Amino acid sequence: MTSEILLPTSQEEAIASFGDGGGLTVLGGGTALMPELAAGGPSGLRVLCLARAGLDGVSRSNGSVTIGAACPISALEELDEPLATAARHVADPEVRAQATVGGNICVEASAESPRGDLQAPLIALAATGRSSGAGGERTEPIENFLASRDGRLLLEVSYPDTSRVAGYAVARRPHAHHYPIMAACAARDSGTTRVAVTGAARTGHRCTSVEQALASGATADDAAARVVDDVAGELRDDALASAWYRERVMPTLVARALAQLEEGSA
Amino acid sequence: MKLTVNGRAHDLASDPLRPLLHVLRDELDVTGPKAGCQQGSCGTCTILVDGEARRSCLTPLALVDGAEVTTIEGLGDATRLNALQAAFHQYYGAQCGFCTSGMIVAAHALLERNPAPTRHDIQTALAGHICRCTGYVKILDAIEAVARGETFTETNGDRQPGVEESVAKTGVSG
Repeated sequence: MTSEILLPTSQEEAIASFGDGGGLTVLGGGTALMPELAAGGPSGLRVLCLARAGLDGVSRSNGSVTIGAACPISALEELDEPLATAARHVADPEVRAQATVGGNICVEASAESPRGDLQAPLIALAATGRSSGAGGERTEPIENFLASRDGRLLLEVSYPDTSRVAGYAVARRPHAHHYPIMAACAARDSGTTRVAVTGAARTGHRCTSVEQALASGATADDAAARVVDDVAGELRDDALASAWYRERVMPTLVARALAQLEEGSA
Repeated sequence: MKLTVNGRAHDLASDPLRPLLHVLRDELDVTGPKAGCQQGSCGTCTILVDGEARRSCLTPLALVDGAEVTTIEGLGDATRLNALQAAFHQYYGAQCGFCTSGMIVAAHALLERNPAPTRHDIQTALAGHICRCTGYVKILDAIEAVARGETFTETNGDRQPGVEESVAKTGVSG
């Protein structure tokens, strides 16, 4: 069965074509959808392709950095930390130039791939996501969007354009390149520290227990240990690592990310 | 959908989600890009889309409507090797040959944007390319040789067989 492609040429047209999202598959760069099709996935899809919808830019204005959902991940490699380092750890140069920010945020993790490498850094940067779908457009913290992303079209993400210190620590799996199994991100802005992990739960996860421990004066290592409370009940087994392993490695990654904050602010 | 491949214009009526890899190989008989993992992980299907390296297995036809595609065949052929192809031959950078077209296309894209890469730059640029013969060292040597401006003659003195015959055997064009 032949596929049907919708190719909107503006953001407004994309929103109108998406409607409430029923029966549509959204195509960013194709790096998640095409392997599924090659492995015998569904045929005859109705696909909304964002490549020409004007959603692929990065802009700095009014105190915010805004990244379009169809922006290639390679465009983030020189942006703010810890997002830039996380972007450089995604797959390989060709895939980064094709895969989009929206795909990284919206595609469900699978048993073979944790995915979502950009989710933790965006949470740490206090990013918001603007999306459309049933009930119209809305803008919300990216962690809220991640919890209710099904059936919505992500249009862009934004985070405050301020100076901050950041940390990023990753456990990688050797391949021709090394891809992340899980990572911890931290960002400190005006004395407030935000911490998030990726690769532990179904989506990137904000670590409020770690943040609260830091705010109440705990040492970085003691605060990092609290990540276990933040991801309790959400750790997963997949082809890359067991929940058991994740629970033991996560505190170390968080501690390393926090240590980089101290180095950065020294 | 319109597509220019190695300078030749084509008008295509395939499924818009068909991978460019299969359009090239099965419809246009351009078989330099290889069908390896078809999951974007091995690098052997790498081509240039408007000059940038891309995985043709991950690229639906709809995303390249109107684009200019260059494959290994467009960089040079058995009678006129480009510098990278000649270097891979001279440095024994091709073993079974399956990864070679993707390696050379990625190396070409690297040298276009960074004519003087360090060895680490080359390793980073080729991070998504797997050689199961483990010929990486000779592949890196070949690319470094081109980057430092080494020149290659097409028939290579006492190294036999000659370039043309060797290329035919390693299957660069098939």
